[in-house]
Amino acid sequence: MFQSFGWYWRNCNSMTVSVKTMADYIAAGETPEILFWVGCAGSYDERAQRVSRAFSNILEKAGVKFAILGVEEGCTGDPAKRAGNEFLFQMQAMQNIEVMNGYGVKRIVTACPHCFNTLKNEYPTLGGNYEVVHHTQLINELLTDGRLAIEGGAFSGKKITYHDSCYLGRANGIYEAPRMVMEKLDIDLVEMKRCKTTGFCCGAGGAQMFKEAEKGNQEVNVNRTEEALQTGAEIIAVNCPFCNTMMRDGTKHFEKEDHVSVLDIAEIVNDSLKS
Amino acid sequence: MGILSQVIFALILGIGSWIFAGRVKFIRRNIFLGKEQDLSDNPSARWKQMLWVAMGQSKMVKRPVAGFFHILIYVGFVLINIEVLEILIDGLLGTHRFFAHYLGSIYDVAIGFFEILAFGVVVACVVFLARRFVTKVPRLQMNELKGWPMKDATIILVVEIVLMGALLMMNAAEQVLVNKELMEGHGSFPVSQYLVGFFSGFSDGSVHMIERLCWWFHFVGIVVFLNYVPYSKHWHIIMSFPNVYYTPLKPKGSFENLDYVTTEVKLMMDPAAQPPDGYEPPAGFGAKDVQDLTWKNLMDAYTCTECGRCSSVCPANQTGKLLSPRKVMMDTRDRLEEVGRGIDAAKKAGTPVEGRFEDGKDLHSYVSAEELWACTTCNACAEACPVNINPVDIIVQMRQYQVMEKSAAPSELNNMFTNLENNGAPWQFNQMDKANWTQG
Repeated sequence: MFQSFGWYWRNCNSMTVSVKTMADYIAAGETPEILFWVGCAGSYDERAQRVSRAFSNILEKAGVKFAILGVEEGCTGDPAKRAGNEFLFQMQAMQNIEVMNGYGVKRIVTACPHCFNTLKNEYPTLGGNYEVVHHTQLINELLTDGRLAIEGGAFSGKKITYHDSCYLGRANGIYEAPRMVMEKLDIDLVEMKRCKTTGFCCGAGGAQMFKEAEKGNQEVNVNRTEEALQTGAEIIAVNCPFCNTMMRDGTKHFEKEDHVSVLDIAEIVNDSLKS
Repeated sequence: MGILSQVIFALILGIGSWIFAGRVKFIRRNIFLGKEQDLSDNPSARWKQMLWVAMGQSKMVKRPVAGFFHILIYVGFVLINIEVLEILIDGLLGTHRFFAHYLGSIYDVAIGFFEILAFGVVVACVVFLARRFVTKVPRLQMNELKGWPMKDATIILVVEIVLMGALLMMNAAEQVLVNKELMEGHGSFPVSQYLVGFFSGFSDGSVHMIERLCWWFHFVGIVVFLNYVPYSKHWHIIMSFPNVYYTPLKPKGSFENLDYVTTEVKLMMDPAAQPPDGYEPPAGFGAKDVQDLTWKNLMDAYTCTECGRCSSVCPANQTGKLLSPRKVMMDTRDRLEEVGRGIDAAKKAGTPVEGRFEDGKDLHSYVSAEELWACTTCNACAEACPVNINPVDIIVQMRQYQVMEKSAAPSELNNMFTNLENNGAPWQFNQMDKANWTQG
């Protein structure tokens, strides 16, 4: 299994994408179609960076004119807000809103459901009104519109289970778009018992990502990964950088990391693009 | 006997209703101790939500066994109330089976149907007792249920069985008298006909007395039950409807932005900004006590029926952490009751509370920091709640107090805050490196 995915890591690690910032577009007198909000994990976390690159590649292949904010992008403030630091959240939000309104941003896509939720639901009353979509929604849209074409390829016939992130799923009711994307591949999608509205958290939300868990008898990610492994899937598909970390740690806990990969839907799609 | 029994009946009903109204007033006042929140938008969506979730029990049936038996009790309760209405009319007017004269054969069918419902209620209550004491469903065994909550649940189930039993015995006794042509009959009794044998060997007089006794017992039982319910988890039979109606219509992930913080942040970020006229800095941040929560949070607390579906899906609770969303709701209600009683006691003592009630305790004396910090804000609890209670909203507001008022966040979170302030990211990375990911 690991061998068959060896090509994958090599491929992704060496990939460099050319991405323009909002400032670049403005300097060239152009307006991008959409802003790609990368998020802190997508920018700094090595694993999530690969997802950012995979997603950028998808956008490029689909011919989407997109921009990032680059150094002008600050944390949306999500972890501060969930942790009860409303001050810090609103300060972050207002700074980001100032930057985005300055550029006249209309539409945003992000590969992080936490950023997605905050930008979409909590920025409007602070003056930031944008159309916000999650990357799985945009990929689905591009596929439906025929701007992008994928085929089973490397994933053909593979057993994949999909883990609903809380902030895409329950928080925003988006269960179908990611599944519709995967159904376009010739894969064997197996559901966990707790899925969609009853999906079980990976353990990272609500700022838990940044602290040790309280005393208990099990880690949340171990509980969830166990369920994912029970499906017999070779791949656990995720839509969130934090779920990605937690589930990957879970596979390590069960010493299954060589047999079961945790992949973002963007990575799966990027490797299924029809050339 | 005639007029005297009517008077006694009216007295019991009047006193019972008066005590009940007092309790309802107390609860209503307590709920409005909470902060304002406008939830009056989009009435048509709200009605739809209430019809589907509360009346239609759409979330109850997600757990089919409990859902099915709950619907038996629910439908039984709602429809048998038509018979209760008749009992009230009969009692006040001194009539017997008042509706029978108007409805004719429809009445006979209805009475027979009510018997089947009553039997269904008894079966469901027995099943629910078995789930608590025989099969011991895990969510009905958790720590926060020890003591009164478990007793409360048991009392309700037993009382419902006894009330339905009285109804069926009354009908059986009537049937005995009907069979002897001492009374006018009303169709057949599909359930109580099997109880008729119980009365063999009883004199006509005793049977008649038992019939009346059951009738009075049922009525008095209902009045007593009416006054028990608002002190009990069973209060959900009323509160579910307004509570579901007023559920915020926004996505679950959308947490309220505190407007008093917005004003402060704007003043802070723009040195030239002037505070609005009559502006007073907020007295405190986040929820220290129940009065700092919204009225909807407090209504949630009074609506909770302690079923524990929330805790049974809570990732923290299910991995052995101290947090139980159900306990958060029960604690909020218990503290609110305490505050409410305190306010009334002070008023009675001639020293009414001015401003905020203080007794040296607050909601944090009930819910510990360890519980609050274990929440992943995953919303599984809110999703699972059959009556749309949202424990996460309370937890986050209490965290706000811990962080903004007491600076008591776990140290790792304080580090995260510092990173956020300095680097615009929760980790210690330089914001100037934010686009480095493009070069893999």
